[in-house]
Amino acid sequence: MEATVAKTGTEGKTWGGGNRPLNASYGKLMMWFFIVSDALTFSGFIAAYGFSRFKFIDAWPIADEVFTHVPFLHGVPAPMYYVAFMTLVLIFSSVTMVLAVDAGHRMQKKKVIWYMFFTIIGGAVFVGSQAWEWATFIKGDYGAVETKGGKILQFLDTDGERASVTDFAIAIPTERGTHEEKNGIWYVQEPETQTTVSYQEVLKGFEANPNLLIRSQELVPNMEKLREKAENNPKVAAEITRLEREYINLDKPGEKAIYSREVGLAKLKADGKLVVQGANLKHNEYGHPLFANFFFFITGFHGFHVFSGVVINIIIFFNVIIGTYEKRKSYEMVEKVGLYWHFVDLVWVFVFTFFYLV
Amino acid sequence: MGHEHKLEIFRGLWKFKSNVTKIWGVFFFLCFVTAIEVYLGIVKPEFLIQERFLAMKYLNWIFIILTLVKAYYITWDFMHMRDELMGLRRSVVWTAVFLICYLILILLIEGDYIYEVYKSNYVKFNF
Repeated sequence: MEATVAKTGTEGKTWGGGNRPLNASYGKLMMWFFIVSDALTFSGFIAAYGFSRFKFIDAWPIADEVFTHVPFLHGVPAPMYYVAFMTLVLIFSSVTMVLAVDAGHRMQKKKVIWYMFFTIIGGAVFVGSQAWEWATFIKGDYGAVETKGGKILQFLDTDGERASVTDFAIAIPTERGTHEEKNGIWYVQEPETQTTVSYQEVLKGFEANPNLLIRSQELVPNMEKLREKAENNPKVAAEITRLEREYINLDKPGEKAIYSREVGLAKLKADGKLVVQGANLKHNEYGHPLFANFFFFITGFHGFHVFSGVVINIIIFFNVIIGTYEKRKSYEMVEKVGLYWHFVDLVWVFVFTFFYLV
Repeated sequence: MGHEHKLEIFRGLWKFKSNVTKIWGVFFFLCFVTAIEVYLGIVKPEFLIQERFLAMKYLNWIFIILTLVKAYYITWDFMHMRDELMGLRRSVVWTAVFLICYLILILLIEGDYIYEVYKSNYVKFNF
Protein backbone atom coordinates (compact mmCIF):
# COMPACT_ATOMS: atom_id res chain seq x y z
CA MET A 1 0.00 0.00 0.00
CA GLU A 2 2.97 2.30 0.36
CA ALA A 3 4.22 1.68 -3.13
CA THR A 4 3.03 5.03 -4.44
CA VAL A 5 4.10 7.11 -1.45
CA ALA A 6 7.55 8.72 -1.45
CA LYS A 7 9.64 8.28 1.69
CA THR A 8 10.45 11.48 3.55
CA GLY A 9 12.92 10.27 6.09
CA THR A 10 10.72 11.38 8.97
CA GLU A 11 8.81 8.15 9.39
CA GLY A 12 7.90 7.22 12.89
CA LYS A 13 7.88 10.79 14.22
CA THR A 14 4.56 12.28 15.27
CA TRP A 15 4.31 14.65 12.33
CA GLY A 16 6.25 12.46 10.01
CA GLY A 17 3.19 11.09 8.31
CA GLY A 18 2.22 7.50 8.05
CA ASN A 19 -0.21 7.71 10.97
CA ARG A 20 -3.57 6.30 10.12
CA PRO A 21 -6.03 7.28 12.81
CA LEU A 22 -8.88 5.90 10.72
CA ASN A 23 -6.91 2.84 9.68
CA ALA A 24 -7.51 3.60 6.00
CA SER A 25 -5.05 4.73 3.37
CA TYR A 26 -4.95 8.23 1.97
CA GLY A 27 -6.45 7.16 -1.36
CA LYS A 28 -9.35 5.34 0.23
CA LEU A 29 -10.14 8.26 2.50
CA MET A 30 -10.11 10.62 -0.45
CA MET A 31 -12.50 8.30 -2.27
CA TRP A 32 -14.81 8.49 0.75
CA PHE A 33 -14.58 12.28 0.71
CA PHE A 34 -15.58 12.28 -2.92
CA ILE A 35 -18.43 9.85 -2.29
CA VAL A 36 -19.88 11.92 0.53
CA SER A 37 -19.79 15.10 -1.55
CA ASP A 38 -21.23 13.33 -4.58
CA ALA A 39 -23.95 11.82 -2.41
CA LEU A 40 -24.87 15.32 -1.27
CA THR A 41 -24.98 16.48 -4.89
CA PHE A 42 -27.33 13.68 -5.83
CA SER A 43 -29.52 14.19 -2.79
CA GLY A 44 -29.72 17.88 -3.72
CA PHE A 45 -31.08 16.85 -7.12
CA ILE A 46 -33.48 14.30 -5.72
CA ALA A 47 -34.71 16.68 -3.03
CA ALA A 48 -35.30 19.31 -5.73
CA TYR A 49 -37.27 16.68 -7.62
CA GLY A 50 -39.33 16.08 -4.48
CA PHE A 51 -39.87 19.82 -4.07
CA SER A 52 -41.23 20.18 -7.61
CA ARG A 53 -43.29 17.07 -7.25
CA PHE A 54 -44.96 18.31 -4.07
CA LYS A 55 -45.49 21.66 -5.74
CA PHE A 56 -47.29 20.13 -8.73
CA ILE A 57 -48.51 16.95 -7.06
CA ASP A 58 -51.69 16.85 -9.18
CA ALA A 59 -50.01 17.21 -12.54
CA TRP A 60 -47.23 14.74 -11.77
CA PRO A 61 -47.23 11.73 -14.12
CA ILE A 62 -48.04 8.25 -12.82
CA ALA A 63 -44.73 6.41 -13.08
CA ASP A 64 -46.07 3.00 -13.99
CA GLU A 65 -48.05 4.54 -16.84
CA VAL A 66 -44.92 6.17 -18.20
CA PHE A 67 -42.47 3.27 -18.17
CA THR A 68 -44.43 0.31 -19.47
CA HIS A 69 -42.19 -0.95 -22.24
CA VAL A 70 -39.84 -3.86 -22.57
CA PRO A 71 -37.58 -4.28 -25.60
CA PHE A 72 -38.82 -6.73 -28.25
CA LEU A 73 -42.25 -6.86 -26.61
CA HIS A 74 -43.92 -4.11 -28.54
CA GLY A 75 -47.38 -3.15 -27.36
CA VAL A 76 -47.32 -5.43 -24.32
CA PRO A 77 -47.86 -3.27 -21.25
CA ALA A 78 -45.32 -4.41 -18.66
CA PRO A 79 -44.81 -1.72 -16.06
CA MET A 80 -41.53 -1.77 -14.19
CA TYR A 81 -40.22 -5.11 -15.38
CA TYR A 82 -37.52 -3.59 -17.50
CA VAL A 83 -36.34 -1.15 -14.88
CA ALA A 84 -36.31 -4.00 -12.36
CA PHE A 85 -34.07 -5.86 -14.78
CA MET A 86 -31.77 -2.83 -15.00
CA THR A 87 -31.60 -2.66 -11.21
CA LEU A 88 -30.64 -6.32 -11.01
CA VAL A 89 -27.96 -5.86 -13.66
CA LEU A 90 -26.43 -3.04 -11.66
CA ILE A 91 -26.60 -4.92 -8.36
CA PHE A 92 -25.07 -7.95 -10.04
CA SER A 93 -22.21 -5.92 -11.45
CA SER A 94 -21.71 -4.59 -7.93
CA VAL A 95 -21.40 -8.18 -6.73
CA THR A 96 -18.77 -9.07 -9.33
CA MET A 97 -16.93 -5.88 -8.35
CA VAL A 98 -16.82 -6.80 -4.69
CA LEU A 99 -15.74 -10.32 -5.66
CA ALA A 100 -12.90 -8.74 -7.65
CA VAL A 101 -11.89 -6.75 -4.56
CA ASP A 102 -11.99 -9.92 -2.51
CA ALA A 103 -9.87 -11.82 -5.05
CA GLY A 104 -7.47 -8.84 -5.02
CA HIS A 105 -6.99 -9.17 -1.28
CA ARG A 106 -5.88 -12.72 -1.90
CA MET A 107 -3.67 -11.70 -4.85
CA GLN A 108 -5.52 -13.93 -7.31
CA LYS A 109 -4.83 -12.03 -10.52
CA LYS A 110 -6.81 -14.30 -12.85
CA LYS A 111 -9.96 -14.02 -10.78
CA VAL A 112 -9.65 -10.25 -10.49
CA ILE A 113 -9.43 -10.02 -14.29
CA TRP A 114 -12.55 -12.09 -14.84
CA TYR A 115 -14.63 -10.35 -12.19
CA MET A 116 -13.58 -6.92 -13.48
CA PHE A 117 -14.57 -8.06 -16.96
CA PHE A 118 -18.08 -9.03 -15.84
CA THR A 119 -18.41 -5.76 -13.97
CA ILE A 120 -17.59 -3.80 -17.11
CA ILE A 121 -20.09 -5.82 -19.15
CA GLY A 122 -22.79 -5.21 -16.54
CA GLY A 123 -22.12 -1.48 -16.57
CA ALA A 124 -22.29 -1.37 -20.36
CA VAL A 125 -25.60 -3.28 -20.39
CA PHE A 126 -27.00 -0.83 -17.87
CA VAL A 127 -25.98 2.28 -19.84
CA GLY A 128 -27.42 0.74 -23.01
CA SER A 129 -30.71 -0.02 -21.24
CA GLN A 130 -30.88 3.51 -20.01
CA ALA A 131 -30.39 4.86 -23.53
CA TRP A 132 -33.26 2.66 -24.69
CA GLU A 133 -35.43 3.89 -21.82
CA TRP A 134 -34.73 7.48 -22.79
CA ALA A 135 -35.56 6.82 -26.43
CA THR A 136 -38.90 5.23 -25.48
CA PHE A 137 -39.75 8.10 -23.16
CA ILE A 138 -38.90 10.70 -25.81
CA LYS A 139 -41.02 8.88 -28.38
CA GLY A 140 -44.07 8.58 -26.11
CA ASP A 141 -47.09 6.37 -26.69
CA TYR A 142 -50.60 7.85 -26.58
CA GLY A 143 -50.07 11.54 -27.16
CA ALA A 144 -52.02 14.31 -25.45
CA VAL A 145 -53.18 17.88 -25.92
CA GLU A 146 -51.52 20.73 -24.11
CA THR A 147 -53.70 23.66 -23.09
CA LYS A 148 -52.86 27.34 -23.21
CA GLY A 149 -52.09 27.20 -19.49
CA GLY A 150 -49.65 24.33 -19.96
CA LYS A 151 -51.99 21.64 -18.64
CA ILE A 152 -52.12 18.22 -20.26
CA LEU A 153 -55.39 16.67 -21.45
CA GLN A 154 -55.21 12.91 -21.96
CA PHE A 155 -57.82 10.85 -23.80
CA LEU A 156 -59.69 7.79 -22.61
CA ASP A 157 -62.11 5.46 -24.33
CA THR A 158 -65.31 4.13 -22.73
CA ASP A 159 -63.50 1.40 -20.80
CA GLY A 160 -61.29 3.96 -19.11
CA GLU A 161 -58.32 2.78 -21.17
CA ARG A 162 -56.01 5.32 -22.74
CA ALA A 163 -56.81 6.25 -26.33
CA SER A 164 -54.09 7.23 -28.76
CA VAL A 165 -54.50 10.58 -30.53
CA THR A 166 -53.21 9.13 -33.78
CA ASP A 167 -56.01 6.53 -33.73
CA PHE A 168 -59.01 8.82 -33.43
CA ALA A 169 -57.78 12.04 -35.05
CA ILE A 170 -59.45 12.79 -38.38
CA ALA A 171 -57.04 13.97 -41.01
CA ILE A 172 -57.62 17.44 -42.35
CA PRO A 173 -55.91 17.80 -45.70
CA THR A 174 -53.54 20.72 -45.49
CA GLU A 175 -50.56 21.68 -47.49
CA ARG A 176 -47.41 22.42 -45.66
CA GLY A 177 -45.44 24.76 -47.85
CA THR A 178 -41.84 25.47 -47.10
CA HIS A 179 -41.12 29.02 -46.16
CA GLU A 180 -38.26 29.79 -48.46
CA GLU A 181 -35.65 32.44 -48.33
CA LYS A 182 -37.07 34.25 -51.38
CA ASN A 183 -40.45 34.74 -49.64
CA GLY A 184 -39.29 36.75 -46.68
CA ILE A 185 -36.42 38.32 -44.89
CA TRP A 186 -37.02 36.28 -41.79
CA TYR A 187 -36.10 32.92 -43.09
CA VAL A 188 -36.60 30.70 -40.09
CA GLN A 189 -36.24 27.02 -39.43
CA GLU A 190 -39.10 24.84 -38.24
CA PRO A 191 -39.44 25.79 -34.58
CA GLU A 192 -40.09 22.43 -32.95
CA THR A 193 -40.45 18.77 -33.70
CA GLN A 194 -43.59 18.13 -35.72
CA THR A 195 -46.29 15.90 -34.32
CA THR A 196 -47.99 13.36 -36.57
CA VAL A 197 -51.43 14.94 -36.02
CA SER A 198 -52.42 18.53 -35.39
CA TYR A 199 -54.60 19.98 -32.65
CA GLN A 200 -57.37 20.71 -35.17
CA GLU A 201 -57.40 17.08 -36.30
CA VAL A 202 -57.56 15.79 -32.74
CA LEU A 203 -60.43 18.16 -31.96
CA LYS A 204 -62.33 17.02 -35.05
CA GLY A 205 -61.79 13.38 -34.16
CA PHE A 206 -62.88 13.96 -30.58
CA GLU A 207 -66.09 15.68 -31.71
CA ALA A 208 -66.88 12.86 -34.12
CA ASN A 209 -66.35 10.09 -31.57
CA PRO A 210 -68.85 10.37 -28.67
CA ASN A 211 -67.18 7.52 -26.75
CA LEU A 212 -64.07 9.50 -25.91
CA LEU A 213 -63.44 11.19 -22.60
CA ILE A 214 -60.75 13.50 -21.30
CA ARG A 215 -58.69 12.94 -18.21
CA SER A 216 -57.61 16.05 -16.33
CA GLN A 217 -54.55 16.71 -14.20
CA GLU A 218 -56.52 17.14 -11.00
CA LEU A 219 -56.57 14.41 -8.36
CA VAL A 220 -59.97 13.41 -7.01
CA PRO A 221 -60.12 14.54 -3.36
CA ASN A 222 -61.69 12.54 -0.57
CA MET A 223 -65.27 13.73 -1.09
CA GLU A 224 -66.60 12.60 2.30
CA LYS A 225 -64.07 14.66 4.18
CA LEU A 226 -64.70 17.59 1.86
CA ARG A 227 -68.47 17.43 2.47
CA GLU A 228 -67.91 17.45 6.23
CA LYS A 229 -65.83 20.59 5.86
CA ALA A 230 -68.38 22.23 3.54
CA GLU A 231 -71.08 22.57 6.19
CA ASN A 232 -69.82 25.86 7.55
CA ASN A 233 -67.52 26.91 4.76
CA PRO A 234 -69.11 28.32 1.59
CA LYS A 235 -65.80 28.26 -0.27
CA VAL A 236 -65.53 24.50 0.12
CA ALA A 237 -69.21 24.12 -0.84
CA ALA A 238 -68.55 26.02 -4.06
CA GLU A 239 -65.57 23.76 -4.71
CA ILE A 240 -67.79 20.69 -4.32
CA THR A 241 -70.32 22.11 -6.78
CA ARG A 242 -67.54 22.66 -9.29
CA LEU A 243 -66.14 19.14 -8.83
CA GLU A 244 -69.57 17.56 -9.25
CA ARG A 245 -70.28 19.60 -12.34
CA GLU A 246 -67.01 18.78 -14.07
CA TYR A 247 -65.99 15.26 -13.14
CA ILE A 248 -67.56 11.83 -13.40
CA ASN A 249 -65.28 9.68 -11.23
CA LEU A 250 -65.52 11.42 -7.87
CA ASP A 251 -66.03 8.05 -6.17
CA LYS A 252 -62.37 7.20 -6.70
CA PRO A 253 -60.24 9.39 -4.44
CA GLY A 254 -56.60 9.74 -5.40
CA GLU A 255 -57.12 9.00 -9.09
CA LYS A 256 -56.84 11.56 -11.85
CA ALA A 257 -60.26 13.17 -12.35
CA ILE A 258 -62.12 12.51 -15.61
CA TYR A 259 -64.18 15.27 -17.22
CA SER A 260 -67.75 14.57 -18.28
CA ARG A 261 -68.08 14.46 -22.05
CA GLU A 262 -69.56 17.98 -22.34
CA VAL A 263 -67.10 19.66 -20.00
CA GLY A 264 -64.23 17.82 -21.65
CA LEU A 265 -65.26 18.92 -25.11
CA ALA A 266 -65.66 22.51 -23.96
CA LYS A 267 -62.21 22.44 -22.31
CA LEU A 268 -60.59 20.97 -25.38
CA LYS A 269 -62.20 23.56 -27.63
CA ALA A 270 -61.58 26.60 -25.45
CA ASP A 271 -58.18 25.86 -23.97
CA GLY A 272 -56.48 23.34 -26.26
CA LYS A 273 -53.37 24.61 -27.99
CA LEU A 274 -51.15 21.89 -29.37
CA VAL A 275 -50.62 18.15 -29.57
CA VAL A 276 -47.81 16.66 -27.52
CA GLN A 277 -46.30 13.31 -28.40
CA GLY A 278 -43.64 11.97 -26.11
CA ALA A 279 -41.52 14.10 -23.85
CA ASN A 280 -38.78 16.66 -24.16
CA LEU A 281 -37.53 19.51 -22.02
CA LYS A 282 -40.51 21.75 -22.86
CA HIS A 283 -43.49 19.45 -23.32
CA ASN A 284 -44.42 16.16 -21.76
CA GLU A 285 -47.45 14.13 -22.79
CA TYR A 286 -47.49 12.28 -19.45
CA GLY A 287 -47.93 15.31 -17.24
CA HIS A 288 -45.89 18.17 -15.92
CA PRO A 289 -42.81 18.99 -18.05
CA LEU A 290 -40.70 19.25 -14.90
CA PHE A 291 -41.01 15.48 -14.55
CA ALA A 292 -39.26 15.08 -17.89
CA ASN A 293 -36.65 17.68 -16.98
CA PHE A 294 -35.77 15.95 -13.74
CA PHE A 295 -35.90 12.53 -15.34
CA PHE A 296 -33.44 13.53 -18.06
CA PHE A 297 -31.21 15.42 -15.67
CA ILE A 298 -31.00 12.95 -12.79
CA THR A 299 -30.92 9.70 -14.76
CA GLY A 300 -28.59 11.42 -17.22
CA PHE A 301 -26.25 12.50 -14.44
CA HIS A 302 -26.38 9.01 -12.98
CA GLY A 303 -25.83 7.47 -16.41
CA PHE A 304 -22.80 9.70 -16.81
CA HIS A 305 -21.47 8.34 -13.53
CA VAL A 306 -22.01 4.79 -14.76
CA PHE A 307 -20.27 5.66 -18.00
CA SER A 308 -17.24 7.15 -16.24
CA GLY A 309 -17.28 4.17 -13.89
CA VAL A 310 -17.06 1.83 -16.86
CA VAL A 311 -14.17 3.86 -18.32
CA ILE A 312 -12.28 3.84 -15.00
CA ASN A 313 -12.99 0.11 -14.62
CA ILE A 314 -11.56 -0.52 -18.08
CA ILE A 315 -8.37 1.37 -17.18
CA ILE A 316 -7.96 -0.63 -13.96
CA PHE A 317 -8.85 -3.82 -15.85
CA PHE A 318 -5.89 -3.31 -18.18
CA ASN A 319 -3.68 -2.34 -15.26
CA VAL A 320 -4.53 -5.65 -13.65
CA ILE A 321 -3.79 -7.51 -16.88
CA ILE A 322 -0.35 -5.96 -17.33
CA GLY A 323 0.39 -6.77 -13.70
CA THR A 324 0.72 -3.28 -12.19
CA TYR A 325 -0.82 -4.31 -8.90
CA GLU A 326 1.03 -7.61 -8.85
CA LYS A 327 4.23 -5.54 -8.83
CA ARG A 328 2.82 -3.21 -6.17
CA LYS A 329 1.88 -6.27 -4.13
CA SER A 330 -1.45 -4.63 -3.42
CA TYR A 331 -4.75 -4.51 -5.25
CA GLU A 332 -5.96 -1.49 -3.29
CA MET A 333 -6.63 0.42 -6.50
CA VAL A 334 -9.29 -2.15 -7.36
CA GLU A 335 -10.82 -1.53 -3.96
CA LYS A 336 -10.95 2.24 -4.50
CA VAL A 337 -12.56 1.90 -7.90
CA GLY A 338 -14.89 -0.62 -6.32
CA LEU A 339 -16.01 1.97 -3.78
CA TYR A 340 -16.93 4.32 -6.61
CA TRP A 341 -18.75 1.59 -8.48
CA HIS A 342 -20.81 0.58 -5.44
CA PHE A 343 -21.66 4.20 -4.88
CA VAL A 344 -23.11 4.40 -8.41
CA ASP A 345 -25.20 1.35 -7.56
CA LEU A 346 -26.28 2.98 -4.30
CA VAL A 347 -27.47 6.11 -6.10
CA TRP A 348 -29.45 3.99 -8.55
CA VAL A 349 -31.27 2.31 -5.68
CA PHE A 350 -32.60 5.74 -4.69
CA VAL A 351 -33.31 6.89 -8.25
CA PHE A 352 -35.25 3.67 -8.79
CA THR A 353 -37.39 4.32 -5.73
CA PHE A 354 -38.14 7.97 -6.35
CA PHE A 355 -38.70 7.84 -10.12
CA TYR A 356 -40.36 4.48 -10.56
CA LEU A 357 -41.91 3.32 -7.30
CA VAL A 358 -43.07 6.16 -5.09
CA MET B 1 -5.95 -2.14 6.78
CA GLY B 2 -6.07 -5.79 7.51
CA HIS B 3 -8.20 -8.02 5.41
CA GLU B 4 -10.36 -9.42 8.14
CA HIS B 5 -14.05 -9.28 7.37
CA LYS B 6 -16.92 -9.53 9.77
CA LEU B 7 -18.77 -12.49 8.45
CA GLU B 8 -22.24 -12.12 9.86
CA ILE B 9 -25.25 -10.03 8.91
CA PHE B 10 -28.59 -9.32 10.60
CA ARG B 11 -26.76 -8.88 13.93
CA GLY B 12 -25.35 -12.37 13.83
CA LEU B 13 -28.52 -14.08 12.74
CA TRP B 14 -26.96 -15.15 9.46
CA LYS B 15 -23.30 -16.24 9.63
CA PHE B 16 -21.05 -17.04 6.71
CA LYS B 17 -17.99 -19.20 6.36
CA SER B 18 -16.09 -16.93 3.98
CA ASN B 19 -16.27 -13.43 2.57
CA VAL B 20 -17.31 -14.79 -0.84
CA THR B 21 -20.34 -16.61 0.52
CA LYS B 22 -21.26 -13.50 2.49
CA ILE B 23 -21.21 -11.43 -0.72
CA TRP B 24 -23.58 -13.90 -2.41
CA GLY B 25 -25.80 -13.96 0.64
CA VAL B 26 -26.11 -10.17 0.59
CA PHE B 27 -26.74 -10.30 -3.15
CA PHE B 28 -29.67 -12.67 -2.71
CA PHE B 29 -31.02 -10.54 0.08
CA LEU B 30 -30.87 -7.43 -2.12
CA CYS B 31 -32.59 -9.30 -4.97
CA PHE B 32 -35.28 -10.43 -2.56
CA VAL B 33 -35.92 -6.86 -1.36
CA THR B 34 -36.02 -5.56 -4.95
CA ALA B 35 -38.48 -8.30 -5.87
CA ILE B 36 -40.78 -7.24 -3.02
CA GLU B 37 -40.57 -3.63 -4.18
CA VAL B 38 -41.39 -4.48 -7.78
CA TYR B 39 -44.23 -6.76 -6.72
CA LEU B 40 -45.78 -4.07 -4.51
CA GLY B 41 -45.22 -1.48 -7.25
CA ILE B 42 -47.16 -3.54 -9.77
CA VAL B 43 -49.92 -4.83 -7.52
CA LYS B 44 -50.38 -1.70 -5.36
CA PRO B 45 -52.52 -3.31 -2.66
CA GLU B 46 -55.60 -1.23 -1.93
CA PHE B 47 -55.20 -1.07 1.85
CA LEU B 48 -51.65 0.30 1.58
CA ILE B 49 -52.76 3.13 -0.71
CA GLN B 50 -55.81 4.30 1.21
CA GLU B 51 -54.29 5.09 4.57
CA ARG B 52 -51.65 7.67 5.26
CA PHE B 53 -49.03 8.21 7.92
CA LEU B 54 -47.44 11.67 8.19
CA ALA B 55 -49.08 12.76 4.90
CA MET B 56 -47.59 9.85 2.98
CA LYS B 57 -49.22 6.62 1.84
CA TYR B 58 -48.20 3.44 3.68
CA LEU B 59 -46.98 2.00 0.39
CA ASN B 60 -44.54 4.85 -0.13
CA TRP B 61 -43.24 4.47 3.42
CA ILE B 62 -42.60 0.82 2.70
CA PHE B 63 -40.72 1.69 -0.50
CA ILE B 64 -38.54 4.26 1.25
CA ILE B 65 -37.76 2.00 4.19
CA LEU B 66 -36.87 -0.91 1.89
CA THR B 67 -34.63 1.46 -0.09
CA LEU B 68 -32.80 2.46 3.08
CA VAL B 69 -32.40 -1.21 3.97
CA LYS B 70 -30.83 -1.86 0.57
CA ALA B 71 -28.61 1.21 0.93
CA TYR B 72 -27.45 -0.06 4.32
CA TYR B 73 -26.36 -3.45 2.99
CA ILE B 74 -24.69 -2.00 -0.10
CA THR B 75 -22.69 0.40 2.06
CA TRP B 76 -21.95 -2.00 4.89
CA ASP B 77 -21.09 -5.15 2.96
CA PHE B 78 -20.17 -4.12 -0.58
CA MET B 79 -18.33 -0.95 0.42
CA HIS B 80 -16.95 -2.74 3.52
CA MET B 81 -18.21 -0.11 5.93
CA ARG B 82 -18.78 -2.94 8.40
CA ASP B 83 -15.02 -3.52 8.58
CA GLU B 84 -13.98 0.13 8.96
CA LEU B 85 -13.30 1.89 12.22
CA MET B 86 -16.20 3.55 13.98
CA GLY B 87 -14.70 7.01 13.43
CA LEU B 88 -14.62 6.64 9.66
CA ARG B 89 -18.06 5.08 9.60
CA ARG B 90 -19.66 7.83 11.61
CA SER B 91 -17.96 10.73 9.85
CA VAL B 92 -19.22 9.44 6.51
CA VAL B 93 -22.69 8.29 7.47
CA TRP B 94 -23.77 10.83 10.07
CA THR B 95 -22.66 13.82 7.97
CA ALA B 96 -24.57 12.65 4.92
CA VAL B 97 -27.65 11.49 6.81
CA PHE B 98 -27.98 14.70 8.81
CA LEU B 99 -27.58 17.04 5.83
CA ILE B 100 -29.86 15.01 3.58
CA CYS B 101 -32.66 14.74 6.15
CA TYR B 102 -32.48 18.49 6.77
CA LEU B 103 -32.59 19.32 3.05
CA ILE B 104 -35.47 16.97 2.33
CA LEU B 105 -37.52 18.20 5.27
CA ILE B 106 -37.20 21.84 4.24
CA LEU B 107 -37.80 21.35 0.52
CA LEU B 108 -40.79 19.05 0.88
CA ILE B 109 -42.56 21.29 3.38
CA GLU B 110 -41.93 24.29 1.14
CA GLY B 111 -43.13 22.44 -1.97
CA ASP B 112 -46.35 21.39 -0.27
CA TYR B 113 -46.91 24.97 0.92
CA ILE B 114 -46.62 26.31 -2.64
CA TYR B 115 -49.05 23.63 -3.82
CA GLU B 116 -51.61 24.85 -1.27
CA VAL B 117 -51.09 28.45 -2.38
CA TYR B 118 -51.69 27.55 -6.00
CA LYS B 119 -54.72 25.48 -5.10
CA SER B 120 -56.63 27.63 -2.67
CA ASN B 121 -55.61 31.20 -3.26
CA TYR B 122 -56.27 33.67 -6.00
CA VAL B 123 -53.62 32.46 -8.38
CA LYS B 124 -55.45 31.43 -11.52
CA PHE B 125 -53.64 28.62 -13.20
CA ASN B 126 -56.23 26.13 -14.33
CA PHE B 127 -56.85 27.12 -17.94
